[in-house]
Order: sequence, then structure tokens, then C-alpha cells
Amino acid sequence: MAAFDLDFALHQGDFTLDVNVHVEGRAVALFGPSGSGKTSALEVIAGLRAPRRGRIAVDGHVLFDSERHVNVPVRQRRTGYVPQDILLFPHLNVRENVTYGLRNGTRPDLRVLVDLLELSALMDRRVSSLSGGERQRAAMARALYSRPDVLLLDEPLAAVDLPRRRRIVDALLGIRDELSVPLIYVTHQPEEALSVADWAVLIDGGRVIASGPPRDVVPAD
Amino acid sequence: MNADIRDITIFTTLAALAATAVMLVPGVAVAWVLARRQFPGKALVETAVSLPLVMPPVATGLMLLWLFGRRGPIGALLARAGIEIVFTPAAVVMAMAVMGLPLLVRTARAGFEQVTRRYEQIAETLGAGPWRVFSTVTLPLASRNILAGAMLGFSRALGEFGATIVVAGSIPGRTRTLAVGIYTFTETGQDRQAAVLLAISVAIAFFAVLASNRLARER
Repeated sequence: MAAFDLDFALHQGDFTLDVNVHVEGRAVALFGPSGSGKTSALEVIAGLRAPRRGRIAVDGHVLFDSERHVNVPVRQRRTGYVPQDILLFPHLNVRENVTYGLRNGTRPDLRVLVDLLELSALMDRRVSSLSGGERQRAAMARALYSRPDVLLLDEPLAAVDLPRRRRIVDALLGIRDELSVPLIYVTHQPEEALSVADWAVLIDGGRVIASGPPRDVVPAD
Repeated sequence: MNADIRDITIFTTLAALAATAVMLVPGVAVAWVLARRQFPGKALVETAVSLPLVMPPVATGLMLLWLFGRRGPIGALLARAGIEIVFTPAAVVMAMAVMGLPLLVRTARAGFEQVTRRYEQIAETLGAGPWRVFSTVTLPLASRNILAGAMLGFSRALGEFGATIVVAGSIPGRTRTLAVGIYTFTETGQDRQAAVLLAISVAIAFFAVLASNRLARER
């Protein structure tokens, strides 16, 4: 169980993203229609966008606090980030991608990650030869290998064919339960939000509409 | 091929290689700064770097002569340390490097601009510091352009004439390059010698273009 304090305001032209929630869960779904500001919220948590004001903390560890002038640099935030377009390094093979983020001599168990994400047959492949689902799994492994305190995923199922989605969902559950790495992921599909998340935040038009257990927050359809 | 011709060919090739090596680090650094940083006076730096591309090479040579001549601001300092540049092989390398630099900078800069910033951001989220991001993500992703720019710079250096003759002269066995040699031999009626140097120039240029085209096709 991880506790997230997400309180920030971000202005982009006419659009304002205003989030203020306290969230506790192992897997948090940021849920809402496209254009609602979900991706921006992930980027704010990762430190890739600077909010005008606010406070962001993961398990009491403050990443950003405008009042106290705290803004932890991206590389020290320990937020594993997998963007929607995945962005594996094209000049490195899968193994080199996955092991890119070794920090301070801590050596995570690569075998556990490779098994969990079913990468063993892919490790020496070129990134350009991977399918959407394989890329997604490799990118999750890359983010996890850097020992993040939280894994941020933007539409993790978007690039994956329908029949292969089950594997990604299983991987997400494995990360959540076996590796015990908390997840925050963005989605616009209710069934995803329900199957993995134990907390959901509904965002629309840059504002939090509801926050709570997925069953209470996600509209059934 | 007589010994003179052979020496000129070897000297020119080595000088052009040395010039490419000399321009590589500052050229890549300037290209990166121009591609990635905003700072006051940026337009001025951009213009200064491109100047040798549009100025008459002879004028560039004259500027170098004034700067590095024994009474020039830089030349005087070097002379006090016992270093002389003008009319030495070092002057040839310098003239070649200055003339080749704009081509390297422009090509490498385009390469850096093509590298998606977000790859660098992902590397940062994985804990990489600025130098690691540059050396393991930015530089490799721009490497084709840098290589192409270096080859352009090298080719330009091989054919450099105007700046070289002003700042280094045409001293046989010391500063005479292919281009300068062709001019000198023609001026002095040694047409056979000039023709041989011409043939060598064509051959080198041919292979340089062939190689850079192959590089471009592999993209």
C-alpha cells in the first residue's frame, strides 16, 4: 500500500489541470476521457512538467512542494515512467534498454523481471523488431530495473492487440503483487481500471470528479 | 609517381584528417549548444560559425594571418611561448579546420535537433545525469549526422585552397597541399605535375562522395 499526495495546478494555454487528492492504494487508475489531463498529471509526478504550485509526495517522500521550494530533479525522483509511445531507445537492444537505469550499484534481480515480463526470448532482439505488447513489457522492465518507488504508466494497453492484453494485465498484477511496486496508470477504458486498480481517480476537463474505490468511481457500462 | 607528388598526397590527407580531428570536439559541442540551448547572443555565434562558409576563403585566410601572425594578438602570445603557426604545417591544419567547421556544425546540429527530447527525458527518469544522457542517448542518436558532418568537413579540408595559401603558403615539402600544388604547378608551367595532382584529387573526391552517399543510404 502506498500513499500519494497529489495536489498541483498546471496551466497550458487555455487548459488548466487542477488536481488535489490523497490516494492510498497499490494500483491507482487515473481514469477519464482523452484530453482530460491524465497524461499531464503523470508527467507532473515524474517531474517532466513543472506545476505552478502544489505538493506531490509518495509515501511521505516529498517530490515537489512549491511552498517549501522543493523540486526534486527528474533523475532523483525514482519514478519509473512508461509513456504511451513507450520510447525504447532505438539504438540499443532489449537487454541494453532494460538494464539502462542501473543506479548507485544497486543491482535488481534481472531474472525475476525477465521472467515476470516474459522477456527471456527477446533480450537480444532489436527494438524495431518487437510487437506493441513486447515493447510495452520491455519498457516496463526498463522502468522497474531502475528501482522506482512508483511506476507511472500511460495507457499501458493502448499499443497492444486485444487478444494480447491479458498478458499485460497479468504483468501489471505481477508488478503490483510480486514486486510490490505501486502503480499509477492512465486509462480511458473502464474494464482496465476495474481489473487492476484498487483505487480510481476520475478526471475530466482538468478536474478531479471523483476519487475512491474503482467500483464507486468508474461508471459501469 | 615521383616522391614530391607522393609526399603532397600523403601530407594533404594527413592534414585533412588532423583538421577533422581538431574540429570534431568543438564542432560537436557548438552544434549541441546551438541545437539545445537558448542564450543571449546565440544569433551572433550562429553567424560567426557560418562565416567561413560564405566569406571568400582568401579573406578567412587573411583574418587568420592577422590573428596568428607574429604581431597578431594570438600569434604574439604563441611566439612568446616559442610556438610559430603561420607558414608551418600547423597553419595548413588550422586553415582546413576553420573552413571545414561550419559544415560539421550545421550537419551535426541538424542531427541533434532530430533527436526527440523525450528519449533524453526517459533516460533522466531512469536516473541518468546530464553527461550520461548526452553520451549514451543524444550522441549515439545523432551519430550518423555527426559522421556525415565530419566527412563533409574532411572533404572540404582536402580541397581547401584560399585560406591555406594565405596563412601557410606553398612551401614544397612543408605546407604544399594538393589544391595549392595544382595552382603552383600550373602557375609555373609544370603541367604534367599539375595533371597528376588533379587526377589524385578527383580520385579522393570520388571515394569521399561514394562513402558519404553509402552512409546516407544506410539511414
